[in-house]
Amino acid sequence: MGETMEAPVASAMRTDAPPAIRLEGVNKWFGALHVLRDINMTVATGERVVVCGPSGSGKSTMIRCINRLEQHQEGRIVVDNIELSDDLRSLDAIRREVGMVFQSFNLFPHLTVLENCTLAPIWVRRMPKKEAEALAMEYLERVRIPEQAAKYPGQLSGGQQQRVAIARALCMKPKIMLFDEPTSALDPEMIKEVLDTMVMLAGTGMTMICVTHEMGFARQVADRVVFMDRGEIVESGEPEAIFSNPQTDRLKLFLSQILRGH
Amino acid sequence: MSSSATDPRLAGAGPPKRPLRLSWSDERVRGIVWQVLVVGIVLFIGWWLWSNTVHNLEVRRIATGFGFLDREAGLPIGESLIPYEPTDTYLTALTVGVLNTLKVAIIGIVLATILGTVVGIARLSKNWLLSKIAGFYVEVIRDLPLLLQLLFWYTILQALPGPRQAINPIEGVFLSNRGMKLPFIEWTAAHWWALLAMVAGIGLTVLYARVMRARQYADGQPRKVWPAAIALILGLPLAVWAAFGAPFTPDIPALRGFNFRGGITVSPEFFALLIGLVTYTAGFIAEVVRAGILSVSQGQWEAAEALGMRRGEILRKIVMPQALRVIIPPLTSNYLNLTKNSSLAVAIGYQDIVSIANTTLNQTGQAIEGIAIIMLVYLTISLSISLFMNWYNSKIALVER
Amino acid sequence: MSDIAAGGVPAPAPGAASRRAPIITTGPVAWVRANLFNNWLSTAVTLLLAYLIVRWTLGFIDWAFVNAVWSVPIVNGQAQTAACREIKGVGACWAVVTEKHRFILFGTYPFDEHWRPALVCLLFVALYVVSAMRRFWSWVLVPIWIGTLTLIGVLMWGGILGLTYVPQERWGGLPITLILATFGLAFAFPLAVLVALGRRSRLPAIKMLCILYVELIRGVPLISLLFMASVMFPLFLPEGMNIDKLLRAQVAMILFAAAYLAEVVRGGLQALPKGQYEAADALGLSYWQKTGFIILPQALRLVIPPLVNTFIGFFKDTSLVLIIGIFDLLTAGKTAIVEPAWQGFGVEVYVTIGVIYLVFCFAMSKYSQDLERDLNAHRRR
Ligand SMILES: Nc1ncnc2c1ncn2[C@@H]1O[C@H](COP(=O)(O)OP(=O)(O)OP(=O)(O)O)[C@@H](O)[C@H]1O
Ligand SMILES: [Mg+2]
Repeated sequence: MGETMEAPVASAMRTDAPPAIRLEGVNKWFGALHVLRDINMTVATGERVVVCGPSGSGKSTMIRCINRLEQHQEGRIVVDNIELSDDLRSLDAIRREVGMVFQSFNLFPHLTVLENCTLAPIWVRRMPKKEAEALAMEYLERVRIPEQAAKYPGQLSGGQQQRVAIARALCMKPKIMLFDEPTSALDPEMIKEVLDTMVMLAGTGMTMICVTHEMGFARQVADRVVFMDRGEIVESGEPEAIFSNPQTDRLKLFLSQILRGH
Repeated sequence: MSSSATDPRLAGAGPPKRPLRLSWSDERVRGIVWQVLVVGIVLFIGWWLWSNTVHNLEVRRIATGFGFLDREAGLPIGESLIPYEPTDTYLTALTVGVLNTLKVAIIGIVLATILGTVVGIARLSKNWLLSKIAGFYVEVIRDLPLLLQLLFWYTILQALPGPRQAINPIEGVFLSNRGMKLPFIEWTAAHWWALLAMVAGIGLTVLYARVMRARQYADGQPRKVWPAAIALILGLPLAVWAAFGAPFTPDIPALRGFNFRGGITVSPEFFALLIGLVTYTAGFIAEVVRAGILSVSQGQWEAAEALGMRRGEILRKIVMPQALRVIIPPLTSNYLNLTKNSSLAVAIGYQDIVSIANTTLNQTGQAIEGIAIIMLVYLTISLSISLFMNWYNSKIALVER
Repeated sequence: MSDIAAGGVPAPAPGAASRRAPIITTGPVAWVRANLFNNWLSTAVTLLLAYLIVRWTLGFIDWAFVNAVWSVPIVNGQAQTAACREIKGVGACWAVVTEKHRFILFGTYPFDEHWRPALVCLLFVALYVVSAMRRFWSWVLVPIWIGTLTLIGVLMWGGILGLTYVPQERWGGLPITLILATFGLAFAFPLAVLVALGRRSRLPAIKMLCILYVELIRGVPLISLLFMASVMFPLFLPEGMNIDKLLRAQVAMILFAAAYLAEVVRGGLQALPKGQYEAADALGLSYWQKTGFIILPQALRLVIPPLVNTFIGFFKDTSLVLIIGIFDLLTAGKTAIVEPAWQGFGVEVYVTIGVIYLVFCFAMSKYSQDLERDLNAHRRR
């Protein structure tokens, strides 16, 4: 947390447009375990939300519900005006609009970096191969690793792999990006390169939800910070307000622990 | 065995060698002494066995060599893929045996792969009952000796009623203690041409799929391959067959006197051997398949799903290529095992190479040659399978760091 | 809901009362729905399988218990199997097992001395149990094995301690199977370790020899080795010298098992981190010190589960001696039904023998699975 505060990225939030994501009274159980409790949240188009909270509080589960890697059992989730349901067509539509980046990269080890990036555009977006490759190279350049295109994921460093994963998600031209602790499997020097990429992305006006504990990143980029604990949203607000003026004991405790930890 | 002298990292950076340490030349001398000793002992044992054998053969007046191969075998063989009479030579008889081994091995490998894959996937099924039953099958079948299973199946098949009371599950199929009778057609040249056309059709389909893939890459639009595939693989042979006048004379087995005439026969020996080999090996293949699928992490599914891919597509393009990499090496050794296990045929009287070579060596007394032939045949088969699978494996191998 | 690992916050959340999960996600009903009737396909599979299981189980119970014949009268030493022939196909004739179980278990061993092979079988089982206990995994096992195997030899042969002498030709049944398997392992294992070390040796001649041996043996079926032992081996020996058939088969089995075990051991040697070899070198240990004290104890531990699996395979493979006419359990079973009165009751005998093999192999495989789990848990720390 000791890094110098960088210039905040100007917000691209548009309150006039319909919200990008709306969660209403979402509940989810794993067996008897109540992991999400009455979650209500609206994310405006272009808004950048950082989600934080102690381990096991349901952050991953919440964002995985948004692109339906997990199914919620009560409440509504509306993404880009499409309500999530068992309907396969709505699922297809949503998966195209929402990109996701995982903690453990999940690159396809049997495909080259370029193939990782072009696979979905070709087979899901039905793009001609040439076009898909040009697009992939463009994004690989944005994440600053075009020279690695012909390599296999196993030959890259962790930070490079995560940047490929970001490029891969971007190649689908999503409107919304979800990040689930993209930096927590990385060494400190690699964290920066991935965060820089994310800051760059924020500059393009992308709607983003990031689960992360990188406070510097939250301050610089987030329009809003959401604090979750025990499956519910305890506090949410502007980064400054959340970090310097926590209202609840739970957030105070969390902040003190996370600051001590670093 | 110190590596300090050979390891360049240590040699480069290490402190000067301690004088007490054995020097490099000592180490080498030691190595040479060891090797001479071991090779000497092995050679001596070999020589001793050899001289004993030569002496024993002389005493028993057994001529060595493969001259007996040209002699008349005089041994009857129940089923054969090539024309064979007992008046033919031993060489022909042994060839029949090799072909019979290959027949059961190849059919067995295909069926065991199918059954094993099905059971392996069933074991991973979300359906509790299905996965438990598959697990039970795998546990039990692998814990029983194959020979016992073969004897069991053979006993059951022999306990079937005679041809007159044959069980007739479907029209034209008869199960009796003489084996299984299946209907067939009278095979003519037209059928060979049709078969050839089908092979050509498969080749053309592959080609067509490639062209279509290239077109999709060009404009992005996916194209259906299956209508053309059906036309090529089924339509083409049918057309060829029709062009030859569409000969079709069903050859349905029927009871004449004490036995069946017509149709094709699956002997009880072959049938028992095949069932035994397939069910036994499938138990092992199921475990291999299961481990292979489990080796692909859930994250791969999730990442592909998040990109909007459909499950079938994910299985084909993401999961299978990775799972195969894990599956192929143990699968190969299971294929080899099945082939070697087919030698148990001798216990139930299916005339494979072991059975025929065994009879040959009993009739001629050429024990060494007979066993050498058996070993040579299996070594050749083993080597071919491993070479092929190694080639295939290197084709799909994964590049890593 | 206290099992959500919160950052040590004691107070329960206000507002969001901890609600029970809807019934569809917990409880037996949910379990059944999720695991048996998840969708129409799953439901169809469940119903079909349940139907088949019930049908087959009932059929089996009818055959094996309800309609079965458990014993038949013996007239003038001839079993009267008419009752069995009558129910053939609908009921099992366990009478063949009742009548022949002594023969199947102990072969032609003198009837009054059957307690000796029975005791031998128990000793074998005890030996396996002791070897399976991790407490004994050390050099203690060596004297235990030598002692037990000697005792077994004494019991089987007799001729001393007031036991009557029983020639080896009269042994048979389960003890033969256990002897082939156990003695086979006892000799194959050290050989396998040597071959595995040889295959990783820097000395080219030794390496080549070991590779040749392993690949040749693994490339041919066990039967060909057994044939070699039964018909070719006598030619190998000097005139007048004769080794009995059981021993010849045993040698073939040892050579066979050693090749497979060597590959497993080699896997362990390869899996051991290079650092261990280097550390041992750094201590200035000699090759044999290094191997015996540092490398082998670790490498063998790494491969215990696959070793046990190889043991299971080997145990099953001992049944192949049937083909060269050695009187093991399976041969005894097959011979028991040669008698005209009992001809045609093979299924009952094979099922019985199958159960015996199943008990041994299942115990070993369960053990290996548990062990694997334990060792993995241990390693994951
Ligand atoms: N597939 C699952 N099955 C059962 N329980 C699960 C599953 N996934 C998550 N859980 C449980 O749900 C709770 C919330 O998990 P989640 O992964 O959302 O937490 P998180 O806030 O992302 O934690 P972390 O910071 O450690 O990633 C945890 O108690 C976890 O054990
Ligand atoms: Mg998480």
